[in-house]
Amino acid sequence: MEPLSTVQIVVAILTELLPVWIALALTFLLSIGFRRKLGLYGKLFDSTIGMVGFAIVMFWVFVAVFGAMDLIGTHPPLAQASGMKNKLPGTPLSGAGEGEYAFYLLGGDNLARDVFSRVIAGSWEVIKIAPFATLFAFMVGITLGLPAAYYGGRLDTVLSFVANLVLAFPVILLFYLLVTPEIVATGIPVYMAAVLFLFPIIFLVILFNSRFFVQPVKRNIYLGLTLVVGLWLYLGIAWNADPLGIISFPPNLLVVFVAVVFVNSPTVFRIVRGLAMDIKTRDYVAAAQTRGEGPWYIMLWEILPNARGPLIVDFCLRIGYTTILLGTLGFFGLGLSPESPDWGSTINEGRKLLSIYLHPALPPALSLLSLVLGLNLLADGLREESLRD
Amino acid sequence: MGLFILRRLLTMIGTALCLTFIVFWLTNLYPNMEKLAKTQGNQRMTDEQVESWLSSRGYLQPTPVKYGQWLGVLPGQVIEGPDGTTRGRCFADGADPDAAPRFCGVLQGNWGFSTVFKDDVGDILVTRLALTGKLMFWVMLLMVPAALIVGVLAGMREGSRTDRSLSVVSIVSTATPEYVSGVILIAVFTSSAVGLKWFKGTATGAMDDASFDNFFLPVLTIALYGMGYIARMTRASMAEVMTAQYIRTARLKGVSFPNIVLKHALRNALIAPFTVIMLQIPWLLNGVVIVETLFNYKGFGWTLVQAAQNNDIEMLLGVSVVSVIVVLATQLISDIGYVYLNPRISVS
Repeated sequence: MEPLSTVQIVVAILTELLPVWIALALTFLLSIGFRRKLGLYGKLFDSTIGMVGFAIVMFWVFVAVFGAMDLIGTHPPLAQASGMKNKLPGTPLSGAGEGEYAFYLLGGDNLARDVFSRVIAGSWEVIKIAPFATLFAFMVGITLGLPAAYYGGRLDTVLSFVANLVLAFPVILLFYLLVTPEIVATGIPVYMAAVLFLFPIIFLVILFNSRFFVQPVKRNIYLGLTLVVGLWLYLGIAWNADPLGIISFPPNLLVVFVAVVFVNSPTVFRIVRGLAMDIKTRDYVAAAQTRGEGPWYIMLWEILPNARGPLIVDFCLRIGYTTILLGTLGFFGLGLSPESPDWGSTINEGRKLLSIYLHPALPPALSLLSLVLGLNLLADGLREESLRD
Repeated sequence: MGLFILRRLLTMIGTALCLTFIVFWLTNLYPNMEKLAKTQGNQRMTDEQVESWLSSRGYLQPTPVKYGQWLGVLPGQVIEGPDGTTRGRCFADGADPDAAPRFCGVLQGNWGFSTVFKDDVGDILVTRLALTGKLMFWVMLLMVPAALIVGVLAGMREGSRTDRSLSVVSIVSTATPEYVSGVILIAVFTSSAVGLKWFKGTATGAMDDASFDNFFLPVLTIALYGMGYIARMTRASMAEVMTAQYIRTARLKGVSFPNIVLKHALRNALIAPFTVIMLQIPWLLNGVVIVETLFNYKGFGWTLVQAAQNNDIEMLLGVSVVSVIVVLATQLISDIGYVYLNPRISVS
């Protein structure tokens, strides 16, 4: 068979991604149709930059999800085919069996694996970690930042000192110290996970309790649900001791997750603290204090909702930053397994042959660039639209 | 002001002590010690041999004691091993223990011995930092003026076409981490596949003899990532200044637009970017580690990676002390500089 020409490769990739285009078109049609009823999310579609950013981000989300569901991707990301080592994009697969895709669309890497499928599998590695790690970092940052700003005094001094301590660490040194197999063997990452993963439960418990403690029935339902589901997930994820045996978390993924949450939370803490310091001087906080509301009610139901604009924007930016951090981990070969298809590891592998073969390193590099760029544009659009009202 | 600086210095020392203790504790955990014993001694040591190797070299003392010795506030250990030789922290194996000084830690200027580079940590730090200093100097020289020019040009007419396009450029540059831009730059400018071959793909030669073709790419890679952020901050601050009353007054007086920008707006617009540039330095440290690995430039960042990969305890401690000092010193300078540049802010 003849190798594909550049145009044929582009057409083949576009057709391979067909489910993504359909999903993307549906999302946009529905969102633009109902944008006046969708609040800040709907307003995003008034700004071109925001729309472009959202489109790029959703493109990667769909690619990742469909890739994980095996709807797209031409070959298994770990499958090696003989004679395909470092082959250029569009090379036909030698001895392709029945039902196998007949080409390596973006060529083969130095272990004769399909670059295109690995990029798609790599997007799932990012999408399944980055948003959740960022969310956890936000829970930690909010739960500690609000009381630090609201109470001030010694609590604030201590927490700020600890946050600055973590921030003064060079990130890469911290990763090396936390993620090496020797440290993992001592179990420190598991203990850190045990502490960090408690924060979302604490956050939700305080959130519901401060609001509904006057309606005991409602409160008990909410708290019961949070505690049962939360502690079940907590046991499964942090301690790998789910009593039902349903939830388990790969240990090396847990280490990466913990490292990323740990690095991100002090910055979130500082942002939340700064915002809350400003907001707590407002009149509506004084009004709530006069009404006799409890401190946690004021923090979580008066201050936090009014800080949401900057926090949402920062959330988008921080997912991008987390993506970069994950890439850094992969680039230094930390945490993830050596044949993991994540973008950082693939870039690191591809760069060794960069002077001769470009195709194994460039696709993951450009993918990472576009995802982070999309998140940045999305944050910019959100900032513009949330400042407008 | 004096009191403020003093307080900040005390916090700095406290932070540095805490951080080095954490690094010390993490690197001195038993699995790390075992790895050290096996790499330094013999891969096939039994558990008892590992234990005796470690204890005869003082590695099995309690961590606070070891930390005190490293710092130089506790006397260095002198241990007679089961094989009959006396080993101590402050003298070479087999030398006379009585002739050696009692204290030998960082406070006495003894940074310890690197197990990877087989050299004194203090000497390594000085040479490596000089190399990284050279890199950073050129990065700053490229990044700061470029970022300020882009930011001022974008911010002086908010919403114009120049503003839009320059803003997109700065967003793209902040969204490109060094390992992505470095790979793209190497691919485009050095590989035989594209065929431009304008620059060299490694900067190893630049350590002794830096020239444009072996040093420009690493400098550009670090500068690009930092540039976008500074440019966006400058743009925001410039755009804010341009809406101020005194700018309008100057315009109504008939001052020409270039004069307004250069004489009236620029000075006030540069206060915020100054802080950002200072705070950017510790962030660049990360970029330095990646770029030095990518371009094989054996500076401070490369040393960090080597030390961390081989659990070179004393080297790692030296590296972390230096980076903590860099981070905290830049924070201090940015605070002080901010106060001097902006008369509306006072320290108390």
